[in-house]
Amino acid sequence: MRETLILSLLICLVGCGRQNVENITIKGSDTEVNLVLQLAEAYMDTDPTVSISVSGGGSGVGIAGLLNGRIDVANSSREIMKEELAMAAQRQLNAEPFVFAADALAIICHPSVSFDSLQLDELGRIFSGEVQNWSQLGGRAGQISLYGRQSNSGTFMYFRERVLGKDYAPGIKQMNGNAQILEAIKADANAIGYIGFGYLTDESGALWQGIKVIKLGSERGKNAISPLDRAAIKAGLYPLTRPLFQFTNGEPTGKTRAFFAFEKSAAGQAIIAKNGYLPAAEAGLVSNFSQ
Amino acid sequence: MTRKLYQVLGIAALFACALVVLAILGVVLFDLTAKGGPTLSWHFLSQYPKKGMTEGGILPAIFGTTAVTLLSTLLATPLGIGCAVFLHEYAPDNRISRLIRASIRNLAGVPSIVYGLFGLAIFMQFFGMGASVLAAGCTLGLLTLPSIITTTEEALRNVPRLTREGALALGATKWETIRTVVLPAAVPGILTGVILALSRSAGETAPILFTGVAFYTRYLPASVLDEFMALPYHLYILSTQHHAIEEVRPLAYATALTLLGLVFLLNLTAFWVRARYKQ
Amino acid sequence: MKQRLFWDIFFARLLAGAAWVSVLTLAGIFLMLLFNSIRAFQSISPTQFFSIAAWNPAAYGEATYGIGAMLVSTFLVTMGAMLIAVPLGIGTAAFLSEIASPRVRNILKPAIEMLAAVPSVVIGFLGIVLVAPVLADVFHLPNGLNALNGSILLAVMALPTLISVTEDAIHAVPKDYKEASYALGANRWETLVRVTLPSCTSGILVAVMLGLGRALGETMTVLMATGNATAMPHSFFDPVRTITATVAIEMGEVPSGTPHFYSLFACALVLFLITLFVNMAAERVAAGFRQKGQ
Repeated sequence: MRETLILSLLICLVGCGRQNVENITIKGSDTEVNLVLQLAEAYMDTDPTVSISVSGGGSGVGIAGLLNGRIDVANSSREIMKEELAMAAQRQLNAEPFVFAADALAIICHPSVSFDSLQLDELGRIFSGEVQNWSQLGGRAGQISLYGRQSNSGTFMYFRERVLGKDYAPGIKQMNGNAQILEAIKADANAIGYIGFGYLTDESGALWQGIKVIKLGSERGKNAISPLDRAAIKAGLYPLTRPLFQFTNGEPTGKTRAFFAFEKSAAGQAIIAKNGYLPAAEAGLVSNFSQ
Repeated sequence: MTRKLYQVLGIAALFACALVVLAILGVVLFDLTAKGGPTLSWHFLSQYPKKGMTEGGILPAIFGTTAVTLLSTLLATPLGIGCAVFLHEYAPDNRISRLIRASIRNLAGVPSIVYGLFGLAIFMQFFGMGASVLAAGCTLGLLTLPSIITTTEEALRNVPRLTREGALALGATKWETIRTVVLPAAVPGILTGVILALSRSAGETAPILFTGVAFYTRYLPASVLDEFMALPYHLYILSTQHHAIEEVRPLAYATALTLLGLVFLLNLTAFWVRARYKQ
Repeated sequence: MKQRLFWDIFFARLLAGAAWVSVLTLAGIFLMLLFNSIRAFQSISPTQFFSIAAWNPAAYGEATYGIGAMLVSTFLVTMGAMLIAVPLGIGTAAFLSEIASPRVRNILKPAIEMLAAVPSVVIGFLGIVLVAPVLADVFHLPNGLNALNGSILLAVMALPTLISVTEDAIHAVPKDYKEASYALGANRWETLVRVTLPSCTSGILVAVMLGLGRALGETMTVLMATGNATAMPHSFFDPVRTITATVAIEMGEVPSGTPHFYSLFACALVLFLITLFVNMAAERVAAGFRQKGQ
């Protein structure tokens, strides 16, 4: 028992040495978590008086945390919804968006799926369950195996709004995060799913083996664009380019403001590019569904 | 003839069952040691995670787990011992004491996620502790309370009646008897229970999920009102939600091995205490 | 003397207070779940909640909150676990108490206690990295995260409880029963199967129910290894989502005070009541068994 007391005293002492550190709590999007983690690490290297804690969980977790008043910054890969804005107003909170990067949502499938490109409306029919076999679209027969995210994911919401316009197929496998979707598709011969661009490549920038990136065409007759085609994305031709948000309660102040400034700076944008994301200015075709 | 055959087959089947159970433990230990061992090193245990958790170590998680576990035991032990002493030494065998005992038994069976919700509603929201070491510690404390009460009562039961009666005969009051004679005699049993509760707290994830654990913090928690990292949650994230699951797999194995090692160390200590002081 | 008496009474009262904490906690948990569930049912219809409507709080159109599929998933995984754990557990317990030599017992018993100590998240982790690839290979599935995986893992978690309680029950069988059986010419196996085990049926039943309660309440293991699909499962090879996993996953993502938030408390209430029922039933059987055995 005595040892327990001593240990707990030690814990308190260790803590007391760091009273003048400002804490920033960031939670939310799984698409953004790795990126924001690296930005935070780089920023903390320049400023030791701030401690940034980053967690994932999905955009929904971030926005819920902000609405519950428990976190400082919510990472979100989607816009804030009407109901959430109403809730914020009710609680006297003001969810202020900040776009720090952009993402080209990629559609990937197993290499043995017969298609290299798809139209946006075909994609919609596949993911809503209208089309259930690859043969219905003219490909090799095989029951389509869908992979997506869970309802706490901003990507889940964004994709549903932008591509489907209705609910997902009931049999879609809801994975915990982008990385899980990637792993699952590698092992499933009839699989198709959506992941953030940053998860397509490894540390060195090489495309992961074992998957196929689908080119997307937004209208019949127009060329299908691959998310790997940077020039096309810059020209606004890729249909699934979306801004990545960070929400704060009101305008960011203090260290949060400084962190945001860092993200927009050359150093920050270099980290963003290294991770495979697009600079905020290249958001291209921005989808806006909170209206 | 067939009767003897049945006997041989039957006993062989039972032996096979026991072997399977032993094998399960063996597989757990072997797989974790083989795949986690290479990554485990002093560097791993004493460094912070780096580069988005793909490198470095798990020091904050070890620290967080230690802090929250100690806090939970600090809270639950006096409460648990007090309750057990009351039940065993004072309470008459009436409906009220049976109600209390039934409550304890049922509390022991409540799923850990329900404790997590309780911690969220009561400690975080109602008492305003927020997501913190304190809220998580209180929640884990409640979780382990039933087992501390049960093992303490067991230990008290094992103190011979003559010892108690001797003290009373010498003029001690009931409380003095308990304080100076009964409790000290029951200490090994109580200690065993407390260490086992420590081990249980260290391994639990569900109660801390919404009461204060975080994916990544740069510094160790400065006070009990800060968020913290923890070994079981770290393992959970590394194996399900991390952005580079394949890459961090070795780190996940090493984390699992560390957690298992911590828990086993605590359990073995408890067994040693129990064996050493067995009359 | 007066001062000593004072402390005597003071501590007697203090300790009584400590005891009431446990009752208050149990009552508190129940009341908290109940109040929040009532708020849930103000905006969700109970008939829909207990039906096989989909669990889709974030639906594109109107949100639906049906726990039918989740209840089926929970029972599927739990029953599967019992199918594996009960024979294995009883067999091991019988081996431990009747067949094993003291030396073997000294190795096996601690081993079982160590198995009980393994944290659920570690078991879940092994479910992902060890069991899933094996299941995927053997049964030709894309990944091995499904109800069967969950059942295997839950069986591993319930085994230690099952084994130790069954062993206690077997030990409680009076020696005369066995000696009478031997005297009549039965051998060890026949005595075990026809006399010992049948005479502690209620004890074994208690063990099974306690193991069942353990399996029902497990969260992390099923969260990590069962694939988490909210659709109604059709076989053991389908991914499933249990009640515990749903609460764990969605609790972090809901703003407090929304119907979704309260609906999770309603789910937890259902789970709490089920485990309470199982534990109380086990106690009823145990009480009857204690009276009968003596």
